[in-house]
Amino acid sequence: MKYMMLVVADPDARDEPQDPAVDDVEDWVDKHDASGRRVMGERLRPPESATTVRRRDGKLLVTDGPFAESREWIAGFDILDCADLDEAIAVAAAHPMSAGGTLELRPFWPFDES
Amino acid sequence: MGDGGGSAEEVRRALAGAVAEQRLRIVASLIRTTGDWDLAEDAVSDAAERALLTWPRDGIPDNPAAWLTATARRRAIDVLRRAAVERGKLADLAATEPPTDDAGSDDMLPMTDDRLRLIFTCCHPALSLEARVALTLKVVSALPTDAIARAFLTSEATMSQRLLRAKRKIAHARVPYRVPSDELLPERLEGVLAVLYLVFAEGYATTSRTLADEAIRLGRLLVELMPDSDESRALLALMLLQHSRRDAREVAGELVTLEQQDRTRWDRDAIDAGLALLSSRSGDRGAYAVQADIAAVHATATAAEETRWSEIVALYDELLALAPSPVVALNRSIAVGMSDGALAGLAALDAVAEDPRLADHHLVAAARGDLLARAGLPDEALVAIQRAIELAPTAAERHQLEILAGDLHP
Repeated sequence: MKYMMLVVADPDARDEPQDPAVDDVEDWVDKHDASGRRVMGERLRPPESATTVRRRDGKLLVTDGPFAESREWIAGFDILDCADLDEAIAVAAAHPMSAGGTLELRPFWPFDES
Repeated sequence: MGDGGGSAEEVRRALAGAVAEQRLRIVASLIRTTGDWDLAEDAVSDAAERALLTWPRDGIPDNPAAWLTATARRRAIDVLRRAAVERGKLADLAATEPPTDDAGSDDMLPMTDDRLRLIFTCCHPALSLEARVALTLKVVSALPTDAIARAFLTSEATMSQRLLRAKRKIAHARVPYRVPSDELLPERLEGVLAVLYLVFAEGYATTSRTLADEAIRLGRLLVELMPDSDESRALLALMLLQHSRRDAREVAGELVTLEQQDRTRWDRDAIDAGLALLSSRSGDRGAYAVQADIAAVHATATAAEETRWSEIVALYDELLALAPSPVVALNRSIAVGMSDGALAGLAALDAVAEDPRLADHHLVAAARGDLLARAGLPDEALVAIQRAIELAPTAAERHQLEILAGDLHP
């Protein structure tokens, strides 16, 4: 089962102590690339660099900024390939941003399923 | 098959027995083998309906439970085959081989009872707490949706939606159908126990015997399936000890305080069962065990005046260390008042009332009123009780407090 893991930065939440030995995203990437549970992932530039595109009443609207203004913003994403949700939760829990931010796991929706 | 047809009464009794014995096992096993929760539940209902049609004619089978299991499984396979043929997907037929009793080969605990898998999946933390409660009562306890809706003061449509969404999430997010690994087990078991106690507490608060009885039934099942779990036994003990007071606690629609309850109306069997569960434990005690011990001190006091309050204060101290909570601290100060005198209780209460979470809480005002009355200060007590009446959130609690106020100024 594939999951999109959205890495959400939350500027209000920085309570968990950071431990450079544990909270190294490179280690996390290497480990889960090796196990095959991480398919790919990227960092994203902050919301200031976002462009929103909409078509409304036949007109194309292009605007500056993210689709929803909020203090939390998507800082990156990873695509996970896990046996089930418990496995995906374990992979997400090991990501350094589970301490400082929030990780949202969204299962892929196959095209042949309603 | 037995000889000839069974009488309507015999059929009903045999079927009820078979359903009570086997329904949960069948549903839990069909969910594992088909992955389809609705199909699993429907297959058992269909099999039961079939029994009502055929048993009066053909006779009650020698082993009604086995008949029910076989019929439900055949029914599930039929439905899956038909769906596979309709979609033209013959590959799906591979998934419709008759379910067997052994677990999947990838399972780490092949001997695990499917019922335990079902309970842990219903209580998975990826589901909302209200969804966990609803799913447990519907699928494990087989309570009808409208009854669950009534118990939680919502409409049947809302409850159906809640159940539908929960089952959908399990399927779409692939919530595993499994007893968690040893590493996750303590945390996940805590989640299961929280669901059971929430059902019980809801039954206790609304004096709904259905919910309280159901929570105890689920607790017994969990203890049967996890005989090594001390916390499960402690929770069952706690529920049994609290439930033992049900007939004394509510008399003619009025709630009676522990102090004033007629202790001869307490359920001795439930108390004995609760005490036996507590005596058979080993190792460290968790929060449910300490709460059960507090309930046990009350249960073994032959009269309110005989209550060993200093023991209760010590247990509250232990509970506060395990699970700090302002309400526990409040209850502790009441126990201090009973153990060391009302003035000591008031001092403890003053310290507790500084917690901002308890500011303007009616229970603090009510406790103060009670302690002041015990200290021989009825006028001050009345002021506190009147304050509690203003703050009380429900009519039932206001009513209780008004009776108390009336006792102070007859």
